Amino acid sequence: MTAGQPIITANNLTKVYGKLTAVSGINFQIEAGSCYGFLGPNGAGKTTVMRMIYCATPLSSGRLIVNENNVMENMTAVKAEVGVVTQDDSLDYDLNVINNLLVYARYYDLPRDQAIRRADELIEFFQLGEKRGENVRTLSGGMKRRLQIARALINKPSILILDEPSTGLDPQARHHVWAKCHELIEQGVTLLLTTHYMEEAEQLCDRLAVMDQGKIVIENSPRELIKSEVSAHVVEVRGDGNHRDSILAAVGAEIDFHEALSDRLLLYTSDATQLYTQIQKMELPLKMLLSRPSSLEDVFLKLTGRELID
Amino acid sequence: MKSPSPPVRFKAALRVWQRNATVYKRTWKLNILPNFFEPVLYLFGMGLGLGTYINEMEGMTYIQFLAPGLLVSSIMWGASLETTYNVFVKMNFDRIYDGILSTPVNPKDLALGELLWGATRGTIYGGAFLSVLFLFGIGLQWGILLIFPLLFIIGFLFATIGLLFTSMIKEIELFNYFFTLFLTPLFLFSGIFFPMSQLPAGVQLIAWFTPLYHGVELSRGIFNHLWDVELLGHFLWILVVTGLNTLIVLRAIHKRLYI
Repeated sequence: MTAGQPIITANNLTKVYGKLTAVSGINFQIEAGSCYGFLGPNGAGKTTVMRMIYCATPLSSGRLIVNENNVMENMTAVKAEVGVVTQDDSLDYDLNVINNLLVYARYYDLPRDQAIRRADELIEFFQLGEKRGENVRTLSGGMKRRLQIARALINKPSILILDEPSTGLDPQARHHVWAKCHELIEQGVTLLLTTHYMEEAEQLCDRLAVMDQGKIVIENSPRELIKSEVSAHVVEVRGDGNHRDSILAAVGAEIDFHEALSDRLLLYTSDATQLYTQIQKMELPLKMLLSRPSSLEDVFLKLTGRELID
Repeated sequence: MKSPSPPVRFKAALRVWQRNATVYKRTWKLNILPNFFEPVLYLFGMGLGLGTYINEMEGMTYIQFLAPGLLVSSIMWGASLETTYNVFVKMNFDRIYDGILSTPVNPKDLALGELLWGATRGTIYGGAFLSVLFLFGIGLQWGILLIFPLLFIIGFLFATIGLLFTSMIKEIELFNYFFTLFLTPLFLFSGIFFPMSQLPAGVQLIAWFTPLYHGVELSRGIFNHLWDVELLGHFLWILVVTGLNTLIVLRAIHKRLYI
């Protein structure tokens, strides 16, 4: 598939479990060679979308085409072309590092010599050489995640799905995973990830679908989302209710809009310096006053009225 | 919208079997030894102890009567353990199946792979048992070669029963019921220790519907050259029930894992 052409197309994609509608008639299209992200809080339906794409769960209704195959008609072919890194570690703890890769290669019917070559390439790429013959239990969290990604790549998939790739990792391990993702994108792999870290979404994704309660609230590039949905800057205020009221009364007319959270007041504006000075001059005993550029977190907040991480 | 259910592929099932074999290659030295002790204990405890009080049973020595049935029961235990506890842990605790099912291996392939492996483990149990019997001079004759395919088929049959139960439960504790209320009665009332004719006609009728009884009768027939048409009947019973059970359990696992 050439870069830029749609590699995944979803029409009216729906998943219902009993009374719960996990995914509610969503539409999206993912271009080959791009990195596409689903951003949203826990329970938004991100993982269910992924599971439908890699045929772990059937659709309730709608249509989903992956690599020109309908997932409801040709799941074996779809799965051969999609590598998966699940949110919960699904490594095989009865096997050592190299056998995790070689046994996995057998599921794809890779010939033995080819599998060994590929496994050693991946062990080197993910810097797991020292652990080649070790039991998986001895690996750190970051190494386990890297091994899972390596395993997902054993059959050279055209699509790699990463469900919350950096959840539970320390910052160093997280950056290591991101660096590897960047390299994979350069190699032409289509990356599909879910996350509730806006930093991860901003770092990796060409396009983002913001999900909430089974629906896509908005979809665009991270930069466009910020530009189109929120003002360029935010002034954050932490103080008691009276202070908030007096601030809103004083500057309410000059800001674009505001969000009142349980612990903070967010004031959106295109001219942060002026607003910041103006509030400072009020000389209120505030716990915190800061000015920052707005982020995807703000976009999410504005669209759903809720924060990303509860 | 109707869920797809791709047909089972033997090659993909073999990959799952191979995965288990790879793990077993590392651990067999640790867990095969009890398989040899078990028959020794039974033969001494039951055969030599109890056997000295019994001159003959249905025209054979007590050991000749007892050993073929015990052999079949060892397969039952081996295959059942594999597709109950071991499969449950792989499916629900270790999440190994999540990894396997995101490859071209589908739920039915996975189920068939586990059945083949359960049968293999049963055969290994039975093989260990048989080798001990040979050491005691029991069953040393050409006809015994027929027992090997039988060991595998009986192992497969019990693998299907165990896996069907596994597909239905959500709590591992429930296996206690399966072992205590299903397998143990089979062990005691399938004609291993005493002839079925000892039991009331009603119990005999119930036994006809249970799997171990037919395995015991077949095994005893092969060991003691009791070739007759009844033996063929037992064999057909096992084949038909294994086939039907396989169809049912593949569907059950597909439904459990693809939702």
